[in-house]
Amino acid sequence: MLYREAGDFSTTYPQDSQTFPIRFDRYRYYAVLFIAICVIPFVINDYWVNSIFMPFLIYSIAAIGLNILVGYCGQVSLGTGGFMAVGAYACYKLMTSFPEVSMFIHVILAGGITAAVGVLFGLPSLRIKGFYLAVATLAAQFFLVWMFNKVSWFYNYSASGQINAPERDTFGILITGPNTEAWATYLFCLIFTIASAVIARNLTRGAMGRQWMAIRDMDIAAEIIGVNPLKAKLTAFAVSSFFVGVSGALFFAVYLGAVEVGEVFGITKSFLVLFMIIIGGLGSIFGCFAGAAFLVLLPVALKVVGADMLGWPTDIVAHLNLVIVGGLIVIFLIAEPHGLAQLWRVTKEKLRLWPFPH
Amino acid sequence: MPEQLLWSAEVFLNGLMAGVLYALVALGFVLIYKASGIFNFAQGVMALFAAMTLYGIMNGLVPFAHLINAVFGTEIHYFGWNVPALAAILLTVGVMIGFSYLVQRFIFRYLVGQEPIILFMATIGLAYFLEGVGDLMWGSDIKTLEVGLPQGINETIDQVTFDAFGYGFFIDNLDIVASCVAAVLVMALVIFAQYTKQGRAMRAVADDHQAALSVGVSLNFIWILVWSLAGFVALVAGIMWGAKSGVQFSLSLIALKALPVLMLGGFTSIPGAIVGGLIIGVGEKLFEFLIGQPYLGGATENWFAYMLALIFLLFRPQGLFGEKIIERV
Repeated sequence: MLYREAGDFSTTYPQDSQTFPIRFDRYRYYAVLFIAICVIPFVINDYWVNSIFMPFLIYSIAAIGLNILVGYCGQVSLGTGGFMAVGAYACYKLMTSFPEVSMFIHVILAGGITAAVGVLFGLPSLRIKGFYLAVATLAAQFFLVWMFNKVSWFYNYSASGQINAPERDTFGILITGPNTEAWATYLFCLIFTIASAVIARNLTRGAMGRQWMAIRDMDIAAEIIGVNPLKAKLTAFAVSSFFVGVSGALFFAVYLGAVEVGEVFGITKSFLVLFMIIIGGLGSIFGCFAGAAFLVLLPVALKVVGADMLGWPTDIVAHLNLVIVGGLIVIFLIAEPHGLAQLWRVTKEKLRLWPFPH
Repeated sequence: MPEQLLWSAEVFLNGLMAGVLYALVALGFVLIYKASGIFNFAQGVMALFAAMTLYGIMNGLVPFAHLINAVFGTEIHYFGWNVPALAAILLTVGVMIGFSYLVQRFIFRYLVGQEPIILFMATIGLAYFLEGVGDLMWGSDIKTLEVGLPQGINETIDQVTFDAFGYGFFIDNLDIVASCVAAVLVMALVIFAQYTKQGRAMRAVADDHQAALSVGVSLNFIWILVWSLAGFVALVAGIMWGAKSGVQFSLSLIALKALPVLMLGGFTSIPGAIVGGLIIGVGEKLFEFLIGQPYLGGATENWFAYMLALIFLLFRPQGLFGEKIIERV
């Protein structure tokens, strides 16, 4: 009854083309933002930040990045883990080389460096398509992880081969290192997540996003109507890698604090982010959040139910987790190939007519 | 002969042997891809699952023992019997056929006509599912598979090469057996595809689904058949890898190497899978020996295959033996 466009008149073009054209949607969006920014930081503690909010926010950024490439531009990538590693290591080198600069700038620069690397590995996409490209991106994944393991310059010649985030601040508030406050790290990640979502949403419905979607739907046809495939594909790789790099930098510097590249940014990470966008919905920004939330919450929920309540050994719970994730992906693909985002869309359509559907 | 050359020759031979194993995994991919257009990412996990099942049956492990014990508080682990290797292999083949039926019945029957990328994602989901089920069924510890294959250095080759060049080559017996098995397997597959009724039907489906359907070939049956064949190939690959380095999770990652093999050889070509496997096997071993170890700090085997395939594809996007890609609007 509340969810109606009736009586909601657009009198200007910006009003007509806004992201949430229905008033109820808009207010809901403001309410979510208000709670996220003004309520959660005051009630949050370390457990909630570290096990739920931070992974959710950071994976959302990675999922947005990958969704731009896979969902909007149709270029399947299995190299997300490798690109996150680039972001993490770039951030690490910047943090240790320029300790007095604000973390904001480091993270954004790390994203920029990742974008450059992404363009480099995106070049083959001009000739290689489909599955062949998916496997080609595996080259990026394995090569980058190997490189960060072998070239000791990247981890400042430390004996363990790990990278550890030193204490850095922004506007005088500690963001990285062991002595951070829960609300500070949460807000820091939240700012990046909101910015990423807004930027991605606006890019994908602008000229650039339409070019990506044209390439995705049929690249030759797109080329004939005047889309430059070189420009479209490489910008998709650049923008996607930028977000993935930002998420990698946050994942290392703010969330984990110490990283061993093979374990954290291995091929499993690439698949995890890919699953997020499949379950969430390809080609949808909301889907990125839904998928990230789902795959972050599922292991936590399973652990609470299986290990804490039923007292099962943790390895069984971990295996069950695999079975459930794999099974859910298959079920989703059969029942709803467009993911949670499509379910959400259908629900909204139904809501508009509720309670009189005829 | 100079030492460097001799060592390179030895590395070359070992690379060939490793390549055979890659080719074995790649073969399973090609079978399914040709018949159904599904790019089966789960092939590697199928090999792992088959090897685990074989181990479990041979040693009389109780399936899901760990889970049952956790839920009901019991202490069951073994049935208390040991099954001979051959019988266990036959039983495992039966399990793989059952698995193929289930996959076809509950997953791909509902996905006919979907985009290739959706099918691909479904097989990734299947891979996770199967990995979890395998671990739950048989436990995730590293298992040593002993089906009576010879192992260790081949004394004859060592002796002969020592007499000829003054330097004995180290060739593992297991690798030789693996190569022979792979050769027999490929021959058997080719004969099956050429001379039997089911084989002809399989090729017809690979050529054109609708035409095959219109002359009365049951697509459902062919797909189950193909998945079973792929399961059998996976079992063979699983036995070989399992005997070489133990049955463990990394087996499914090694199977990822089959992907560059396929890219080199082309997705639709059985000879391509074999030639591609050999090239990758030899290439990565030689690269590691000549360039990786001395100059790059080693472990280049992790990525060399992918890089080689990537660079190769830039010049020939359909692979060595793949069908020419023709695109129309």
